[in-house]
Amino acid sequence: MHPVRKQRLYLVLFIVVFSSAAIGLVTYALRGNINLFFPPAEVAAGKAPVGQPIRVGGMVVDGSVQRSSDSLAVRFEITDFEATVPVIYEGILPDLFDEGQGAVASGELSEDGVLQATEVLAKHDENYMPPEVADALEKSGYDHKGVKQ
Amino acid sequence: MIPEIGHFALILGLALALVLTVVPAWGAWQRNVSAMSLAPGLAMGMLAMVFISFVCLCIAFLQDDFSVTVVASNSNSLLPPIYKFSAVWGNHEGSLLLWGLILCLWTAAVALFSSQLPLLVLSRVLSVMGAIAVGFLSFSLLTSNPFARLLPSVPADGNDLNPLLQDPGLIIHPPLLYMGYVGFSVAFAFAIAALLGGRLDASWARWSRPWTNVAWAFLTLGIMLGSWWAYYELGWGGWWFWDPVENASFMPWLAGTALLHSLAVTEKRGLFKSWTVLLAIFAFSLSLLGTFMVRSGVLTSVHAFATDPARGLFILVFLAIVVGGSLTLYALRAPAVSSRVSFSWLSRESLLLLNNVVFLVATLTVLFGTLFPLIMDALGQGKYSVGPPYFNAVFVPLMALMAPFMGIAPISRWKRDSGQRWKAELLVPGIAALACAVTLPLFGEQYNLWVALAVLLAAWVVFGMARDFWFRVSGRSGAGGSLKRLTPSYWGMVLGHLGFAACVVGVVATSQYSIEHDLKMSPGESETLAGYEFRFVEVAPVRGPNFVADEARFEVYREGRNIAKLAPQKRRYLAGGSVMTEAAIDPGLFRDLYIAMGEPIGEQGAWAVRLHYKPMVRWMWLGAIFMGLGGFITVMDKRYRSQPRRAAVPAKGAQYAR
Repeated sequence: MHPVRKQRLYLVLFIVVFSSAAIGLVTYALRGNINLFFPPAEVAAGKAPVGQPIRVGGMVVDGSVQRSSDSLAVRFEITDFEATVPVIYEGILPDLFDEGQGAVASGELSEDGVLQATEVLAKHDENYMPPEVADALEKSGYDHKGVKQ
Repeated sequence: MIPEIGHFALILGLALALVLTVVPAWGAWQRNVSAMSLAPGLAMGMLAMVFISFVCLCIAFLQDDFSVTVVASNSNSLLPPIYKFSAVWGNHEGSLLLWGLILCLWTAAVALFSSQLPLLVLSRVLSVMGAIAVGFLSFSLLTSNPFARLLPSVPADGNDLNPLLQDPGLIIHPPLLYMGYVGFSVAFAFAIAALLGGRLDASWARWSRPWTNVAWAFLTLGIMLGSWWAYYELGWGGWWFWDPVENASFMPWLAGTALLHSLAVTEKRGLFKSWTVLLAIFAFSLSLLGTFMVRSGVLTSVHAFATDPARGLFILVFLAIVVGGSLTLYALRAPAVSSRVSFSWLSRESLLLLNNVVFLVATLTVLFGTLFPLIMDALGQGKYSVGPPYFNAVFVPLMALMAPFMGIAPISRWKRDSGQRWKAELLVPGIAALACAVTLPLFGEQYNLWVALAVLLAAWVVFGMARDFWFRVSGRSGAGGSLKRLTPSYWGMVLGHLGFAACVVGVVATSQYSIEHDLKMSPGESETLAGYEFRFVEVAPVRGPNFVADEARFEVYREGRNIAKLAPQKRRYLAGGSVMTEAAIDPGLFRDLYIAMGEPIGEQGAWAVRLHYKPMVRWMWLGAIFMGLGGFITVMDKRYRSQPRRAAVPAKGAQYAR
């Protein structure tokens, strides 16, 4: 074979092998490392899978935040004003987390319908609403104060 | 009055950009010398106008002119002056103006420092830069005018700058990052000019290379500052989140890294020409894509200032024109500039090609992970998020795959090399690297295989380079060596690769050895972490210029000796009432101690506290600084300067030209 052609063949072979390895890696990494967002109404309707990483977002229900007095465990409820989802989290909450504000919790749903959160995200400043939350509220037809539109 | 002057200057800048796009390009087409020679002057004029406009916006911020919408919503009379200044780019409109200004700076720099460029090439390059400026300046004027007024109801005081952005890191992070982002437009403009002219040779690569290196260096430093800022400012001690906005800056960096290396081959050997051009287009397109993602509000992030569909649509259309136009041009012209030089399988060319493939695949996997949620959302498939585990799982193996070849590359020869020579040269460095990998992790808390692997790869890269260095200095390479013979290009490569090795060690050691402990602590209690005793002394109220805070005072003891006093704060900003965590860090080359406050718990004055012990976390920022410096140093190479205009055309490029 002509050396230039041979070289080109090697090159093509290399690129094919390498990119299929990369694609394999990507599909492997994607499995179990992506999670889907669910509004509380869909969680309550049983549409969210149990025991898989998901995100749930909405407004934190006024008066629902209960802290443990001797650890960092905290329990609160997230609502889109159609349904509420209880969330358990252990750790430090973000600065802008507060009752009556938007938040997104990611974690796994347990059998009894409680979200065991591993991460809680709040918004970045007081005028900003996480887009998923805004979307969930739009679906449920309430504004962020719980007034039916 | 001043905002109106700024607005007017910006319009004039846009007009000059339009002229710069059309006239020199027409001149280059018609070979009209007088039209072509207008280009540098127009570039300077455009810079002057946009600079005036930017200064006017700065004045509006510094004088608390709350009748200007951007000032009213992003500044406050209590804000310290330095943050009023950085607030100029702490918002969508201002940061876009900064983007425009930096684009004009690069354009003017090309006009100034290209005496060796033929006028034909220069006018084409400046004309392409002008076209990009038209896009961005009209974006600024049409969809996000920074000088819009709030009349007649002028607020008494402003809304304040987002407290997260009130930080020294944020004063320089965006300008540096933009210097990098926008700098790739120069490489892009050179690529387009070459495609237009149909002449793509080693001298083209030599013109384009210093610009690419500098842009890349700025981008490296910008990303590093962003990471460092996230580490100390966001209050949870992470330094890289694979957040879409971080990815937006990281993708052009990855593509740019591939471009740097492929440009080296194009310059030295006249190979990979079409590929290099494609990479230049790709790198700049990713910069634009990053802008689109950050500025259109499709992402959730501190960086996404505002949501406005019109803005997103504008950038999307602009992106489509730039990417579509340049790829069409590439499809039409690239076959005309392909090369016919062969190289053997074992050669420096192959190693650099491997680098390119790895970095390109890395870019594409990051791109895929970043766009996946957007695509699924657009298709109505639900709101997914792709987390750090995905990115780590694809990115880390790719880098690990590349490192073994990085050790060989510096000693490898162009065109043809032999495996036996590599074996002979690299036996000693290999054994030394292995020895380091076995012994160095013993100094850690416990022996960790991942750290050992990282040390092995990093030491292999470093020792391979040391071997080559010694080779050159001792004169065995045949050219008669001494330190003086080493070129700035070579030093740049050495620094860049050393930086990469430092990053590898830093990232792996931090991820493996970090100890993070969130707990409830009351004043008087103490907690021991990795041999450091953290004593919580008290909580005291303090007052800053525009905030009040609870300050927790900690003393850190090691083996009974007090080694640090740390005072993290929980701040409440007066203007917006927002609460923010200010972490306290005791930095060190081999370990950082990090304390951040959570929220108060219970009635007895207890607080949720975050204690971190982070070994070698600084190595990756140091590594990034090394890489950045390396990029800057290469520009000092004589061969980029001393070629007079006429000599540049036939000199080195001729032998590789078609």
